[in-house]
Amino acid sequence: MAKAMARRSEAQLIPLSFTLNGRLQEIEVEPHELLLDVVRDQLGLTGAKRSCDVQVCGACTLLVNGRPVSACTTLAFEVRGCSVLTIEGLAEDGKLHPLQSAFIEHGGFQCGFCTPGMILAAKALLDENPAPSEADLKHFMHGNICRCTGYKKIIESIMAAAQQMRSKS
Amino acid sequence: MLRRFRLEEPETVAEASELLSRFGESAKVYAGGTELLLAMKEGLVHYERLINIKQLKSLRQIKSDNGAISIGALCTHNELETSPVIRQTLPALHMLERNVANVRVRQAGTLGGNLCFAEPHADPGTLLMALGATMVADNAAGRREFSAEEFFVDAYETSLRDDELLSEIRIPVPGAHFRSAYLKFGYLERPSVGVAVAFNSNGGGLSDVRIAVGCAGPSPRRVREAEALLDGKSREEAERSLAQAGQVAGSASQAISDLHGSQDYKEHIVGVLLKRAFHGAFS
Repeated sequence: MAKAMARRSEAQLIPLSFTLNGRLQEIEVEPHELLLDVVRDQLGLTGAKRSCDVQVCGACTLLVNGRPVSACTTLAFEVRGCSVLTIEGLAEDGKLHPLQSAFIEHGGFQCGFCTPGMILAAKALLDENPAPSEADLKHFMHGNICRCTGYKKIIESIMAAAQQMRSKS
Repeated sequence: MLRRFRLEEPETVAEASELLSRFGESAKVYAGGTELLLAMKEGLVHYERLINIKQLKSLRQIKSDNGAISIGALCTHNELETSPVIRQTLPALHMLERNVANVRVRQAGTLGGNLCFAEPHADPGTLLMALGATMVADNAAGRREFSAEEFFVDAYETSLRDDELLSEIRIPVPGAHFRSAYLKFGYLERPSVGVAVAFNSNGGGLSDVRIAVGCAGPSPRRVREAEALLDGKSREEAERSLAQAGQVAGSASQAISDLHGSQDYKEHIVGVLLKRAFHGAFS
């Protein structure tokens, strides 16, 4: 315990103020702490998953200022002043986001491990390009890996959500 | 898991250079982190300090300046793929950047970080050689400029001095008859072979042919012997020499046998990509 406290006192603490799913967070982190660990272990939001740990699979995808990042390879202090969105913040007032509804309706997941990252990456795509071609979609999403679905139903889900979102706006 | 380190956040290039001098090998420059953090998480390297240079906004501009496109070393792949200046004046670089790794890596990773880490299986260095890029390096004492060819020394090794920062990459603005292309091939996460070709073609014949090969060996290389086989020839004559140029470029690539494929296989792919890149440059 004394040892742990001594280590803590040597630590360089960086004040970190950012919004997480619309709510202001004011915490302190050490330079080496990863965004994924802070969000999962310190803030209790476990939607983002650690999987490949090398920015290849997309299971840890979070949106920082609307853009997809690998939380497994992002130092937590980097989100100073940023707006971070996790899958837990996507539904509004208990109403699922059109992407979430479309994934359910079109069977866009099986085991669900990749799904939070998949849906957040898709949100970034549709925010940037509300009417993507299938080629656009594949290009943007090719860094999010699913080992169950074979992707066909994921593509159908995102296309359906895109149409739904366009017809609403 | 990352081991604990301290963070330094200099506000000027000179301050960053001084920190590098003071802490030597116990410190490392940190920008996008897409390569560095992976090596640190894996425990392959450890630094007591990371010097975060992201506050240096002057290193984040893309501008047309004195006959050259000047790219700040901190520009991310995403900033480059979406830059109208790059798309219009350097379409081969635009396409390369659009296809680096995946959307998250392009969001975080910087061009300068990619070059300085000198991971062999990376795209930009090869094309920059063919585009005749100049690298600009700064330290507290001043500035140094050298060619992309002089920059790469070996796998994970560049000619940057210990206290230097790569600050800018300058690419000459191409003339009306300039053509270029970069093609890569691979079935793993990183490219196995990359080939860049650039030349002027004004109807009379090809001039200023530049060919570079990357990923197959330890570092990107320009292949002058292959260039000489095409230089000064008409398009049709050059096409007849492409197979030979491909063989020469393949041998010069210093391909090694590894998980990406055997040496023979990579040398063959260099030739295939050179042909396709040559035709692609005309389309």
